[in-house]
Amino acid sequence: MGSVGAKDVPVLLSPEGLRIDGRRLDELRPLRIQAGPLHQADGSAFVEWGANKVMAAVYGPREVHPRHLQQNNKAVIQCKYNMAAFSVDERKRPGLDRRSQEISKVIAEAFESVVFAEEFPRTSIDVYIEVLQANAGTRCAGVVAASVALADAGIPMVDLVPSVAVGKIGGSIALDLKKEEDNFGEADLPMALVPQSGRLVLLQMEGHMTPEELSKALDLGVVGCKAIYEKMKQALRDRYAVDPVATGAA
Amino acid sequence: MTAEVTAEIRTAHVLDLAAEGKRLDGRSPDEYRRIEVEPGFVTTADGSALVRIGDTVVLAGVKLEPGKPFADTPNAGVLTTNAELIPLSSPVFEPGPPQPGAIEVSRVVDRAIRAAEAIDLTRLCVTPGEKTWVCYVDLHVLDHSGNLIDAAMLAGVSALAHATVPAKRFGIAEADYPLDLQHVPIECTFVRLGDALVVDPTFDEEQAAQGRLTIATDETGRVVAMQKGLVGAFSPDDVREVVRRALVHGDRMRIAARGGKP
Repeated sequence: MGSVGAKDVPVLLSPEGLRIDGRRLDELRPLRIQAGPLHQADGSAFVEWGANKVMAAVYGPREVHPRHLQQNNKAVIQCKYNMAAFSVDERKRPGLDRRSQEISKVIAEAFESVVFAEEFPRTSIDVYIEVLQANAGTRCAGVVAASVALADAGIPMVDLVPSVAVGKIGGSIALDLKKEEDNFGEADLPMALVPQSGRLVLLQMEGHMTPEELSKALDLGVVGCKAIYEKMKQALRDRYAVDPVATGAA
Repeated sequence: MTAEVTAEIRTAHVLDLAAEGKRLDGRSPDEYRRIEVEPGFVTTADGSALVRIGDTVVLAGVKLEPGKPFADTPNAGVLTTNAELIPLSSPVFEPGPPQPGAIEVSRVVDRAIRAAEAIDLTRLCVTPGEKTWVCYVDLHVLDHSGNLIDAAMLAGVSALAHATVPAKRFGIAEADYPLDLQHVPIECTFVRLGDALVVDPTFDEEQAAQGRLTIATDETGRVVAMQKGLVGAFSPDDVREVVRRALVHGDRMRIAARGGKP
């Protein structure tokens, strides 16, 4: 993908079945999630995932801007995914581009599928995702960060929404693609799961896969999402667990 | 408010029907509306097609112009897809800069064309690093009665299938030549209505939908792109089911894209 006419295509999979960073096909990049790093936002989260660094903040429920988007029976969920100009190798022109707008739309729809929006009529829940350093899978890192930020803001939801991209590299289905694998692999399939229901609220795909490969990719993604889910819950526990010594309860 | 109330009643009705395996227009859950493709609708374009899926009408026009290749792909042509959801086609569209809905349609169609390698971009290169053909695919929605993605995709790929490279006009070659499609991607869209997964949703069905899932396939039986949209969710088994159905519908629509009877 995106590799038409490109020159040096790296070997993505060694004969031993290891990837360029030494991972196995079903292995995630190191993931660290911090809940609540920001002070002004109602909820926030910072995600470092491989070489990705993504900050998310949630404001609301609050007044709707622009006003005409207000809904009488539920909160509107607005999402802005943005990449910092310095987040990629070649400087990205700041501001709204079509890719960011599309990603913002599918992420907003994913969260609208899990938030109890009818509890907050005539309000807006604003989700901001800022990609500070990008290395493939930024929309998934953004969903993970935003989901933890929504929980940190105390927004009632069906569940947290773990997210990961599955892809095809060197003919094999692989979990959590990094940049070179995304650029030179055969397919990329980002997804987000609601673990409680086992259903996907974000699903995109580009590249080529047979129906059998696609089926395998879905299964691998679900397993990956469940591992990420545990880390998301742990990040929230770390933020809100009460230290018995500090409270004098010990 | 009246519009909101009638919309709610219609939504409830659509969902009630779906629970019985029925639809407002009498189709079965796995049935498309009537599909018509009219290639060459606009003679000023290098390739064009007017597509009707039921009452939904999309016109695609292809234009080719010489330009510069991107620095990172010096040997490849440039492909640009753009969709306009003009206020003429629906009371829900407003004038102004492209809204997220329009951007989604164009990007989803663009992704399928690219991932399927529908056109061999290296063949569009004239002088590596300096001169190449830039291929614009412009999609104009004329009547929005639901399922814009599938109609836009079919229009775009039909226009490309019938397009000519205007090499003579730009003094690049002695004669014009056909653009040539090497693969034919087709999008197939489903919406969830309760437990039912119905294909080719109308506008009313889209309003009632609890999630939308689009699958792009090519003639080799591969899946080349997917997009989940709207509020709602799908299980992995739902995805497997619609992929199977999308391959069947795709093969039928590919015949239409080439100018045959679907």
